[in-house]
Amino acid sequence: MNNLRQTWQQLQQGMRRDRVFDFIAENRMPFRGQGHMALPGVVDVSHGTLLYLENVSVSFDGFRALNNLTLYIDDGELRCIIGPNGAGKTTMMDVITGKTRPDSGNAFFGQTLDLTRMSETDIANAGIGRKFQKPTVFPRHSAFENLELALQADRRPWHTMRHRLTPTQQLQIEETLHTIGLLAERDRPAALLSHGQKQWLEIGMLLVQNPRLLLVDEPVAGMTHQEMEQTAQLLTHLAGRHSVVVVEHDMDFVRSIARRVTVLHEGSVLAEGTMDEVQNNPRVVEVYLGE
Amino acid sequence: MQKSSFFTTTFRETLLRDRGGAVLLSVLLLLMIFIPLLNLGTGVDNPLHVSTYTVTLLGKYLCFALLALSLDLVWGYCGILSLGHGAFFALGGYAMGMYLMRQIGDRGVYGNAELPDFMVFLNWQELPWYWYGFDHFWFAALMVVLIPGALAFVFGWLAFRSRVTGVYLSIITQALTYALMLAFFRNEMGFGGNNGLTDFKDILGYNLQQDGTRVTLFFLSALLLALCYALSRYLMNAKFGRVIVAIRDAEDRARFIGYRVENYKLWLFTLAAVIAGIAGALYVPQVGIINPGEFSPLNSIELVVWVAVGGRATLYGAVAGAGIINYAKTWFTSILPEVWLFALGALFVIVTLFLPDGLAGLLRRRKTAAPPAAQSQSGEAAA
Repeated sequence: MNNLRQTWQQLQQGMRRDRVFDFIAENRMPFRGQGHMALPGVVDVSHGTLLYLENVSVSFDGFRALNNLTLYIDDGELRCIIGPNGAGKTTMMDVITGKTRPDSGNAFFGQTLDLTRMSETDIANAGIGRKFQKPTVFPRHSAFENLELALQADRRPWHTMRHRLTPTQQLQIEETLHTIGLLAERDRPAALLSHGQKQWLEIGMLLVQNPRLLLVDEPVAGMTHQEMEQTAQLLTHLAGRHSVVVVEHDMDFVRSIARRVTVLHEGSVLAEGTMDEVQNNPRVVEVYLGE
Repeated sequence: MQKSSFFTTTFRETLLRDRGGAVLLSVLLLLMIFIPLLNLGTGVDNPLHVSTYTVTLLGKYLCFALLALSLDLVWGYCGILSLGHGAFFALGGYAMGMYLMRQIGDRGVYGNAELPDFMVFLNWQELPWYWYGFDHFWFAALMVVLIPGALAFVFGWLAFRSRVTGVYLSIITQALTYALMLAFFRNEMGFGGNNGLTDFKDILGYNLQQDGTRVTLFFLSALLLALCYALSRYLMNAKFGRVIVAIRDAEDRARFIGYRVENYKLWLFTLAAVIAGIAGALYVPQVGIINPGEFSPLNSIELVVWVAVGGRATLYGAVAGAGIINYAKTWFTSILPEVWLFALGALFVIVTLFLPDGLAGLLRRRKTAAPPAAQSQSGEAAA
């Protein structure tokens, strides 16, 4: 019985990955007709899915932080991930960004990039940006310089030795400063910014980095109500051009932005759906309201 | 055309923003003009005469300043506390020393044109292979840069790739210089063992004892310090420098933005080692000896104190720190030799406790503490 269920699950996943029937879809074959090749370093989202996490497990000293986690993020989607403490939200981000290697399972960015075999830097350059739970900006650099460092550009040492900002790039940074409301703080060291401003600066850094996928860990922690609304606006505005994954504790905030919500519990997906569906799910209620 | 204007504007911007650097470069320029004049152009009984001893002493300080500059690049800007930085200085010094040994020719005690004295003394029959080529200045000059650079590259490649940071990195750098010291102490290594390399006669055909040669060496030390300062300042003001500081302050963030942190550290570390090697090569002909003592961990630690006292991540602070402490050392060791190490230790403790940004930080703090002065300054800038 158990075996049957496993097979069924595997079959489902195979369908989900859309790969099984590739041989039928003529124009998707790499070597036939007007199809495309799997190019190294290019994110292939021809099936509409940007991120694949499949059966990912991670243990720390016997503690299973992630337990057969399977999760898909579509291209251009805004997804919220909620879950009680220790549900594995941050570990999941660590796996995606290459900070933690999974014990088992797959993590693919597009259909071709195997995240479990790439370094943090490679992953970042492939187009995954991350905002940490605790705001981490470069404290000695001004807000402007923080954005300059994050700006999409050649990251190699030899290039940065001779690099100068073009007027377009300068303008882009100024515009982003305007978007995140830090134009007045342009030349202040980031260490002197308030907590909320640092959060925004970090989001701004993600913006100029222009990643395909943004991972945002608790963006509104320590923000006032008004700041929260602005953040919600910003994130919803971003979806479509980027895929955004938001991990957040604040339910009001999640409600205000979420189209689809995934609930994590003990390292795997407990429920997935709209906010209302999820909130009315008896298992979610049980986990959240507790024994 | 475009290119030259790019560099001149960069240079002008750099100098305008960098007051300490402007002062330093002016001082170096004055030294480069007046020291040769006052040494060679005046008689010994002239009250303005600067003795050759003083010229050489100043030249020595300049070499130390160059060494401190290179440590400031890695420690001050990138937070890599190398406690074995003296090793690169010593290696550069040995490369130059080997050339100077070969220049002695048959004027050694044993009159053997083929072998340096210490090899004759050890009953060696022929020159070891790694001494080949050191008869030529160009080869030695190349090795001055290549050997410290290659060692730093290999060491850094291993250390930074394995993400060794902080105290652990300091400890292995210390072990590196200690191991090199022990190795160079051995006679079998073929670098003169305990006594090192000494009794040099001339460089490029010029007698090392002559005033003209000494003054030229001094001049070159000042020139190279100025050039290395300008290069370092340019790099640290470029985006490269901002990435380096970003790595120091938030390494993970830099990595997740997409910078290959280990490559940045590696290139900076290698560059610093090359500068240290050049400093060593300028040092040896002026002091006339290089021995394994230069590898001693104590030297590297003293070097850290120079930079800490002068002020980290300012470049000119490191230069000033090296100058001031070495002047104090010369003074102390001639008057109260047994007190020197205690004084140095006390100085380090005081600076760490009360002046975390060193003397440069003190100057900056005074500037910000006096708003009227700052205001008038910005007024000037606006006008």
